[in-house]
Amino acid sequence: MTTMTDANNPPVPERIAKSPSHWRNRKHADHFRNHDEEFDASKFGMWLFLTTEVLLFAGIFVAYAVFRMMYPEAWANGSNHLDWVYGGANTVVLLISSWTAASAVRCAQINNQKWLKINLIITILCAGLFLFIKFKYEYMVKLGDGKAPGTFFSYPNASDAHEQLWWSLYYMGTGLHALHVVIGAGLLCWVLVRSIKYQAYGPTEYTMVENTALYWHIVDLIWIFLFPLLYLVH
Amino acid sequence: MSTHDAHGSGGYHEEGSYLSGPPGMISKIWQWASTVDHKKIGVMYLVSVLAMFFLGGMAAMAVRYELLDPVRTVITQMEVDGVMTEVISTTGDRLTPIAKLIGADSANQAYNRLFTLHGAVMVFMFIVPSIPASLGNFFLPIMLGAKDVAFPRLNLLSWYIYVVGSLFGVLSIIMGGVDTGWTFYTPYSTTTDADHIRVVFMVLAAFILGFSSILTGLNFIVTVHKLRAPGMGWFDMPLFIWGLYATSIIQVLATPVIGITLFLLIFERVMHIGIFDPSMGGDPVLYQHFFWFYSHPVVYVMILPGMGIISELLAVHSRKHIFGYRAIAFSSLGIAAVSFLVWGHHIFTAMGELAAILFSGLTFLVAIPTAIKMFNWIATLYKGSIAINTPMLYALIFLFTFSIGGLTGLPLATLSTDLHLHDSYYVVAHFHYVMMGGTVMAFMGGIHHWWPKMFGKMYNEWGGMLGGILVFIGFNLTFFTQFMLGTQGMPRRYANYVDEFQSLHVLSTYGSWILLIGFLVHLATFIHSLIAGEKAPANPWGGLSLEWETQSPPIEHNFHHEPVLTHGPYDFETVVPPHCDPKDYPLPENPSAH
Ligand SMILES: [Cu+2]
Repeated sequence: MTTMTDANNPPVPERIAKSPSHWRNRKHADHFRNHDEEFDASKFGMWLFLTTEVLLFAGIFVAYAVFRMMYPEAWANGSNHLDWVYGGANTVVLLISSWTAASAVRCAQINNQKWLKINLIITILCAGLFLFIKFKYEYMVKLGDGKAPGTFFSYPNASDAHEQLWWSLYYMGTGLHALHVVIGAGLLCWVLVRSIKYQAYGPTEYTMVENTALYWHIVDLIWIFLFPLLYLVH
Repeated sequence: MSTHDAHGSGGYHEEGSYLSGPPGMISKIWQWASTVDHKKIGVMYLVSVLAMFFLGGMAAMAVRYELLDPVRTVITQMEVDGVMTEVISTTGDRLTPIAKLIGADSANQAYNRLFTLHGAVMVFMFIVPSIPASLGNFFLPIMLGAKDVAFPRLNLLSWYIYVVGSLFGVLSIIMGGVDTGWTFYTPYSTTTDADHIRVVFMVLAAFILGFSSILTGLNFIVTVHKLRAPGMGWFDMPLFIWGLYATSIIQVLATPVIGITLFLLIFERVMHIGIFDPSMGGDPVLYQHFFWFYSHPVVYVMILPGMGIISELLAVHSRKHIFGYRAIAFSSLGIAAVSFLVWGHHIFTAMGELAAILFSGLTFLVAIPTAIKMFNWIATLYKGSIAINTPMLYALIFLFTFSIGGLTGLPLATLSTDLHLHDSYYVVAHFHYVMMGGTVMAFMGGIHHWWPKMFGKMYNEWGGMLGGILVFIGFNLTFFTQFMLGTQGMPRRYANYVDEFQSLHVLSTYGSWILLIGFLVHLATFIHSLIAGEKAPANPWGGLSLEWETQSPPIEHNFHHEPVLTHGPYDFETVVPPHCDPKDYPLPENPSAH
């Protein structure tokens, strides 16, 4: 792909081209010396934030490891109750969305406004699809069986007393992850709205697209760890 | 204006300071509430954390008041209807009126709630944000020669998150408070007051405050990396910045762990998910591991900025180059690194022997970088021209009290002595000598040191010194007695004790009153300074770091021109000509000279 000149893009209405939010009109914040410094700082800040996300989920993973060692039976039974088909489908959905999120960044860099929007829309749709599969085919079905967290657990056929604990961790881990999917989708929507309204992102101004995509990748990455631990390892 | 009078105080070109705002109360409030200026946010943080210090301090006063005497059962013989009867009553339940006020069953329960309140407020709402969020916010960008922190709006957001978190805490207190202890150990935190939401609110408060802490740390790290003035290498930074940098690393790496811990705890309490509940196969000790994985490193979030301040105070007020700059800088990072490996010393009895020995050994490691700092500070004072003023007084107090706090930690890290000392008043005294004798003393010294810069007014030196001396006496009286109580076997967290302990408890309570008076003297000094203080020159102490090169109080963008570093922050001997009044050097930033 090559950088698109304005001639390749459909003509921009004056209202958008003149908007202070249009990527050509964006100035770096006053306390930075230049645009590059601002971009580097934002990206660095985002990486630090992603570190905190990893450490947040580290708590879930440690609890998983501890109880897995304490109750291997319950853990094996628990993951047998999960259908890897749905988990796998969601993994594919997230991987595709990570690809489109990365493509969105590329499109902003080469000023391809049309495909920037298309990529963002596909990513958001994937987020929705992920949540739909999660809730409709997994949470609703499991909750219907009584495989609920904590005191709400009423599944009669549990073969191990500690399966309850497995379900608690399952809901805590995947629930917290789903919350991150929702937040990520919200950020993506915001980026989409701004690129529709102002063409806010282009070759010299794509910090927000890049940071949102980074966030989306970490959401994907956490799922890449949750999926085998919960669905595949018996 | 000539370049000549730039030497004198206040003779340089004055511009509206960051404090000047639009007329009218409403627009002033809005200007502050919507500001992204790190200086205003620093001042807002300063006011908020001091308010929380006051709240937590009042709870401590109540706790000490209850401990004036043990609860005694008094049997009096009385003649009722011509028959001698024994009437049993108790004395020493001094908190009974407060118990009625907050709806507690007894004075003892009121006591439990008040020490929890004291701990939770002091840790989460006061001491963690105290120095970084107030003085750090104000001075980190200026000392780096930057116009602001890297993410000013995030900075404002962190303050609002802090306020929301604190409101949840205060709400929980108004609803009656919690008696779980500030550590929220399960099962206390999952079972007490089961019918009431206030425990959830207090835990939620700590959870929310964590985000504010993360944002501050993240902001500082990026600012230090990206916004240093031209010519300022890593080893040209003032040591206060090094302290804040090490602190920020811990904030970013440790706080998410308490986030997930408290998140799970809230679900444990509300939905009984069982992770920390042994009756469902969960593990309460897992909670303690999670909790201390954050809460030990956070001890260094509390102390590292204080250590940074002490480096500044000692160098500036003894007009000596700091001794062992790099050793102090690296020891900050060393403390930050070791801090993540020692959490197990809070749960020695809940782990295997080998693990306990390892954690004990790792804990000793903390003493090395701390001692490096201590020796360097004392070497800095050697042959310096020491100014006796409030900042220096507090720096000296810090050296004294923090040494005691640090050294008394060693017997707690030693497994055999810890068996006797753990959960006793010795522990209480130890961490108060570190937290209050360390962080609070450094904070007070720092506030006095930078007060002229922040508000453009000098404070009354007599008031500051008197307050400092009272705080020093009160502090030692309050807490040194507690070392003695602890070694004699007084357990912590009890409202009652055997008669033998009374005289030391009474002394400790008297000490807390002197402490209170000391802080009130400080408060009066500050208020007096704001109302009637002498106008502060740009550089009252003759400091060489960049904040002294701009006017007091600084202009909105800190500097008229981006400063270029020409000398190190401690080059007093080489930069300042001999026999030069420190106040005359360096020249305040002067636009007409450029
Ligand atoms: Cu510790």
